[in-house]
Order: sequence, then structure tokens, then C-alpha cells
Amino acid sequence: MSFQRKDLLGLGSLTSEEIAFILKAAEPFKEISGREIKKVPALRGKTVVNLFFEPSTRTRTSFELAAKRLSADVVNMSPSSSSVAKGETLLDTARNIESMKADMIVIRHSSAGAAEILARQVRLSVINAGDGWHEHPTQALLDLMTIQENKGHVRDLRVAIVGDIAHSRVARSNMHALTKMGAKVRVAGPPTMMPPYLHRFGVEVYYHLDEALADVDVIIVLRLQLERQGSSLFPSIREYARLYGLTAARVKRAARDVLIMHPGPVNRGIEIAHDVADSEAAVILDQVSNGVAVRMGLMYLLAQRRES
Amino acid sequence: MVQPQRSHELVVMDGHDMARVLTRVAHEILERNKGCQNVALVGIRTGGIYLAQRLQGLIRHIEQTDVCLGELDITLYRDDLAIRKNQPVLKKTDIPFDIANRNVVLVDDVLFTGRTIRAAMDGLADLGRPSEIQLAVLVDRGHRQLPIRANYVGKNVPTSEDDTIRVFLEELGERDRVSRFTNRKTPS
Repeated sequence: MSFQRKDLLGLGSLTSEEIAFILKAAEPFKEISGREIKKVPALRGKTVVNLFFEPSTRTRTSFELAAKRLSADVVNMSPSSSSVAKGETLLDTARNIESMKADMIVIRHSSAGAAEILARQVRLSVINAGDGWHEHPTQALLDLMTIQENKGHVRDLRVAIVGDIAHSRVARSNMHALTKMGAKVRVAGPPTMMPPYLHRFGVEVYYHLDEALADVDVIIVLRLQLERQGSSLFPSIREYARLYGLTAARVKRAARDVLIMHPGPVNRGIEIAHDVADSEAAVILDQVSNGVAVRMGLMYLLAQRRES
Repeated sequence: MVQPQRSHELVVMDGHDMARVLTRVAHEILERNKGCQNVALVGIRTGGIYLAQRLQGLIRHIEQTDVCLGELDITLYRDDLAIRKNQPVLKKTDIPFDIANRNVVLVDDVLFTGRTIRAAMDGLADLGRPSEIQLAVLVDRGHRQLPIRANYVGKNVPTSEDDTIRVFLEELGERDRVSRFTNRKTPS
């Protein structure tokens, strides 16, 4: 089997075999980041453009490091310092990048589907680094890698995703990926933060965190998007923290060897308590390390694709 | 590897030959390096790692010491990544020791164009600075495209460029042997 797609736009459209293949391909790349010289020549001469229309430190840096460790040249573009501020459309920006003979675009955009629109219009490879509330596929891939590493497998694990499910692309990508890989997924959060389409994913819905956490093997805590405060989704941060914050007492309801994950940035004391975020069970920094490896593996696969 | 048309198999080295040849190479490595204190064996995936393991076993038998053993995947260092038809599968590089100031013996099954060895040397250079890199191969079949020569050669096998040399190993579920297949051009 091989991965012959031009782009990675979301995990909803991938088969479980493709997801497993990417994860397997990404594994050898972990070792490279542990070397003295963290660089291999695989993508020498290729150009990767990071096109980030939304603020991001972790994801952008992770993609940049991944590309650089493969010896690709990386250009970072942000809208404030580019022609986008002068009114250029997304497609024109992308076509210009293509004319400069770049090989890959990594895009983050506030509109769902932005990556796909680009991918249809340009010949270079497009990686979705987050589009609106739609998907953030590389985050879910690195989450899977972290789970697999710690648990040995994904199938049949009980995984709880906690927080604002409706407005989280991380949750969507993870629900796609985890259910495809055979995990039993539960989501928990306030009713105002539950999207209407959950039945299609085959996940269990909980409104009480304590019930949702019973015997789970993995907890994925989502970031409370504080900018949504005042949007009537939740009355106050304090109330949210009391009802849906992951505390040490709540973690006790989960399986003894539970894994606690968070896509970052962490709001300590709100969705996750200080001591929980720093506990043995928390693998938040492992997720970050795996992020670089997954992105290296993905870029390597996309660059190997043969145009037929 | 699928060969379109393959004539009968010609065995150029059987299991006994292979065992004798590896024993000789183990002695040669010890002779050249005056013992094995500073020697490390690095097998090139896939065939090379099993041969490196065997050499380690033979050296243990002679010197009662275990030399360092590592595995190198050279996929990311290939010069034909952009022109190959199929995606090469990447495996792990596993070199659990510092190669700096060691005599690293690269071990591969067949020496052909020399491009694999070029890639392997680049890969090693990224991991540290060995005091010496040496090369041990089971079969040298000629047709070099780069100025590369092996320090230890199991057997020189003259071939035509279209021939296929295959090394079969017990570790991969085969009877130990090296065979030459003469390929006829498929009539078009």
C-alpha cells in the first residue's frame, strides 16, 4: 500500500488503512529529531510555504521545523505582512506561490473548506493546518501516534473528548480518526457546545463530565476558546471550570493508567487543573514532539507522490 | 522485486561458502583494526543488518567481545528519491552508540553501483564523525557508478549489467545462498 494523494485536507475522507499508513511512515522520523544533526536530505530543493491566516505558534513552528529537518526551504507568510492585506484573494495568493515554483502549501484559515478550495485550484500539494471549525488533520494524527505509543494500540480504547465540541476542528478530526481506527469515543461538554451532527460519528454524548470519564483510557481536553466568552455559550469561565474542568478528583474516575492529552495552548486552571496538566498521566509535551515527526512523515509521503 | 523474465537460477555461493566467507571477513576486520576495541558494525537495511549480526556473532566467537552493532536506513539519503517509480518504505535507523572516533564498518549484501554506499556514508556523517569508515560486502558484482571500493569482499562475481544478484538469508525465511539470474530483454 502507498499514499498517493496530492493533499491532506482532512481525515474524514481518508480510509483507516491510509491513516495507519501515514502513522507507520511517520514513526522513523522521530529518531531524526533526537540526533545531534537534526537534518536529512530527503526534501532537498523543495519549497514549502506556510500560509497562516490565523495566529499560531505551535503548529506553524512544528510544520516549519518538520520541513527544515527534511532540508526543504520554508517561507512563512502571514496576512498582515502580505498582499492579502491589500485585498488579494486567497486563490490569487496561492497561484502566485505556485508560479514561484513552490512544492507544498501549508494553510491555516478561519473558513472551513479553505484548504480544499486551494487544493482544487493548484497543482502543488496542500496540507490543511486547520480550517475554521472543520478539520485539523495533523493534530489528530499526532494524537493517534501518542496514543499508539503509550497504549500500544487504538482499537477498543475508550476515549473521552471534553470541551467545546461544536467549535473545535481538533475534536472533529479526532472523532473521524479515532472512530475509524476502532476506538470507542465519548464526547462531553455543555449542551450549547454540542454540534447537531454527532450521531453520524457514532460517538456517545455526555453532558456530565463525571459520567463521561468513567473508566476511560484516554482523555482529550480541548482548549476553552476564551474569545467565545460573552457569546452565550457558557455563563462564566468560573462556572465552566467548575463543571467541565479536569481536576485530579475527576481523573480518579478514569482508568488507572489513563492518558491525558491537550492540543494546546493550555488554559491552566480552566479546562485543566495545574496539577493534572503536570501529572505523570499528562503527555501534552509528547504530543508536541510527535507533531514534528508526523508532519515530517506526511511531507515526505506527499513529496514522493508520482504525478500520473 | 519482480523481474519481468528470469532465466534459471545460478547459485554462485551456497550456505557453506557463505559461512566460510563471513568467517574470513570477520578475521580480516579484526586483522585490519588490530582487534575489535574500536570497531562498530553498521548494517545497511535490509540484507546488511543480518550480515552485520552474523559478523558480530563470529567476532564474539573469536575475541569473546561484543562489538557495537547498528542499523542504518538510507532511504532519506538516496539520490533517486525524485525519480523512483514507487514510494520506498522508510524504516528506522537504530544506532545505539556514539559513532564518533570509532572505526565503523558498513555492512551490505551486494555492492553494485555504489550509490547505496554513498548514501550510507552521508547518513553516517550526519550522526557523527567516525575516525574511519570501512566497507564489507558479501558480493561485489562490479559496474560501479561512483569511485567506491570495499575493504572486505566476500566474493567477486562478474555480472552483466542486466543480471540480478540476489542474496537469500535464513533470517528472511530462505535457504542461505547467493544467486545470479540472467535477465533476457522482454521482446517488445
